[in-house]
Amino acid sequence: MSDRTKIYVGMGTCGLAAGAKFVFEAISNTLKNLKIDAEIIPTGCVGYCKREIIVDIAKPGYPKLSYGDVTAANVEGLLKSVLVDNVHNHKLIIGKYPTAEVINKDDLNEVPNINDLPFFKKQRRLVLKNCGHINPESLQDYLAFEGYEGLKKAFAAGQLGAIDEVKKSGLRGRGGGGFPTGMKWEFGNKSVPKDPDNQKKYMICNADEGDPGAFMDRSVLEGDPFSLLEGMTIAAYAIGASYGYIYVRAEYPLAIERLENAIKLAKENNLLGENILGSGFNLELKIKKGAGAFVCGEETALIGSIEGKRGMPNPRPPFPTESGAFGCPTVINNVETLANVPGILRHGGDWFASVGTDNSKGTKVFALTGKINNAGLVEVPMGISLREIIYEIGNGIIDDKKYKSVQIGGPSGGCISEENLDIKIDYESLKTVGAMMGSGGLVVMDEGTCMVDVAKYFVEFCTKESCGKCTPCREGTMRMFEILEKITTKGIDKQEKIDSVKHLEHLAGVIRDTSLCGLGQTAPNPVLSTLKYFKNEYDAHIYDEKCPSGHCKSLIHYEIDESKCIGCGICKAKCPTGAIVGERKSPHKIQTEVCVKCDQCVQLCPVKAIAAK
Amino acid sequence: MVKRMSNCTSCNCKSSKNLPEDLVKIFEKYTKKRENVIPLLQDVQEKYGYLSKENLISISEYLNVPTSNVYGVATFYNQFRLVPLGKHLIRVCRGTACHVKGSDKILDKIESELNIKAGETTSDELFSLETVACVGACSIAPVITVDEEFYGRLQQKDITALIDKYRKSD
Ligand SMILES: Cc1cc2nc3c(=O)[nH]c(=O)nc-3n(C[C@H](O)[C@H](O)[C@H](O)COP(=O)(O)O)c2cc1C
Ligand code: FES
Repeated sequence: MSDRTKIYVGMGTCGLAAGAKFVFEAISNTLKNLKIDAEIIPTGCVGYCKREIIVDIAKPGYPKLSYGDVTAANVEGLLKSVLVDNVHNHKLIIGKYPTAEVINKDDLNEVPNINDLPFFKKQRRLVLKNCGHINPESLQDYLAFEGYEGLKKAFAAGQLGAIDEVKKSGLRGRGGGGFPTGMKWEFGNKSVPKDPDNQKKYMICNADEGDPGAFMDRSVLEGDPFSLLEGMTIAAYAIGASYGYIYVRAEYPLAIERLENAIKLAKENNLLGENILGSGFNLELKIKKGAGAFVCGEETALIGSIEGKRGMPNPRPPFPTESGAFGCPTVINNVETLANVPGILRHGGDWFASVGTDNSKGTKVFALTGKINNAGLVEVPMGISLREIIYEIGNGIIDDKKYKSVQIGGPSGGCISEENLDIKIDYESLKTVGAMMGSGGLVVMDEGTCMVDVAKYFVEFCTKESCGKCTPCREGTMRMFEILEKITTKGIDKQEKIDSVKHLEHLAGVIRDTSLCGLGQTAPNPVLSTLKYFKNEYDAHIYDEKCPSGHCKSLIHYEIDESKCIGCGICKAKCPTGAIVGERKSPHKIQTEVCVKCDQCVQLCPVKAIAAK
Repeated sequence: MVKRMSNCTSCNCKSSKNLPEDLVKIFEKYTKKRENVIPLLQDVQEKYGYLSKENLISISEYLNVPTSNVYGVATFYNQFRLVPLGKHLIRVCRGTACHVKGSDKILDKIESELNIKAGETTSDELFSLETVACVGACSIAPVITVDEEFYGRLQQKDITALIDKYRKSD
């Protein structure tokens, strides 16, 4: 334990969005005023976004203590309490981190152990173990947490030895497909460059994270960039690639900044570049910034984009391991896949394989978002149930509303209804309920979410992101969108709607079977899974011309409950079209013909008297 | 075919024009390889805010890649724009988490507040409005960004004050 107090501030994108910069400054000012010497360390995000901004304090001789909901305004009081008065059980406390021996002094007894808190209890942190605990801009910090031990073991084990260890671990690709990583590396290792003038091999990290509603990879890049570099270096060594690219989406400026810094430091310390750690192995890594195209997450499109072309997928075979970037053998792995690798080499494949289910080993990081109390980043062992994630870790639905579904796997995935919540998370079981693991987005929906609208949302997303190369995807997703639009519009002939839904299922089958790449092949999934599990909602839209969740604009109207309205006039004053009439202190009315359904009155009403019907 | 009089003097591309210094500085960072199309477009856009026709041509001449190809790349990716932006860029996240948390209503409100649609710029050239697929801050949905700043957990009623803040700062 060091003899200087350390104060850690969560400064990932989400922390910064919540104002972490101001908290950082306030801490620095307070320390000056109190004349206390302490080191302030910016970190990535621990994932407990609900309690953002999070500040951890580690005093010499004390366990590390975590505080949440910290603001620039309340941080001075917190620091005084903890650093001057030795009152640790402050009202902002989250908990204390475990220490080698139990430390009991002052009021520490009253502070809960962080691993006993529902949010952390069932988590198992292998990939995120450093996130929020180290300074992502310091190589020293990473090294202090067993950093680069894995690479040294890989060098000692040799290329095939490293591949064997990964095979033994059972690690499968975390980018969505779930392909066994060790096997992919073996293909890459055996593959020989065909072009006599270009005898290179490439290792590419897919950090495009296109699934809208997911931020696992961003958190690793921002919180622990060296773990990715180490994993990538091991992978490149194992397949014999001396050139590598990290393809990061341009929407992640902070991640790019931290990666650039990490690459620079690694180079300066002989952990990248020529003759790494005296092994004779060279690796040159470059960052390629994406330019905002979902399809570029698909591996062949990604390669096209790296080569400076429009990011359009190509038929496979040939697989990238045979002919990838610039025609050379190429292995592509996802960020989370690679971030798992240093641990596997360090502790052995068997250690990793001891976590998880028969066919899905290790952990999975999920971005838990939507109508959930504890939104954030969670890492759980494979085999945990969705119910545990949502009701224990996530602490249930906001405002105690009724759970409706959880969307897993993004535009390629499906919606899981209440009846299937006990399903164990692994690659195979999720497929049995029409969903897939995907990259790790978990968007929770409550009774106020319309499932037809969700299907329409994803289909619209795919129409926009379809690259246009193959017809089933380009035209088919558009036709699916039109049908869903028809169902959610008032005044269209009922029979026409009924026929078009029948057509929808057929169309979905054709798109799935005949599209060129994964984008088109999986685009019908959100439609098929909602049709299967939420058929009643489709029926209500078609037969009753009603949206039971009060979301689809064309099918709803707004009403004021006269028994609740107190006639305060707030809604009337703010209505952009003057649709609301009524005298002060007496119940108001909405003139439906004038109403543009902007929903503002619902949000403004102090007594919740207005609702969409 | 444009007849070329002489080679460009500011860099050794084949263009007959003298390139602005800013552009030359950007070009100098990259080798003349096809794979540098996207980074060049990104850097040029960052410098000028958008990609002008002239700059697209200059990039194509520098890399010796047909202008049609450069244009093809520039129009394929969502990041690139061929028209100038307003002073402030408002981006509304339309990712799944934000959608479920009502980002459509936030977008409606901003559109009516600025009196433009997504993809447009206000007539006083103060604001441009775009949608994006996800900015990775899903846990504080719904999220918008204004220039480099993030704003999370927004409600419709926050929007006017937020926009006014930028109106007043000018
Ligand atoms: C439309 C589409 C989008 C994809 N997006 C991503 C992505 O954002 N990130 C990712 O790692 N993999 C993505 N993939 C999967 C990749 O093609 C590839 O399988 C993966 O990067 C391989 O790495 P892994 O074996 O480590 O999972 C996408 C696939 C498709 C079809
Ligand atoms: S869905 Fe809006 S930030 Fe991710």
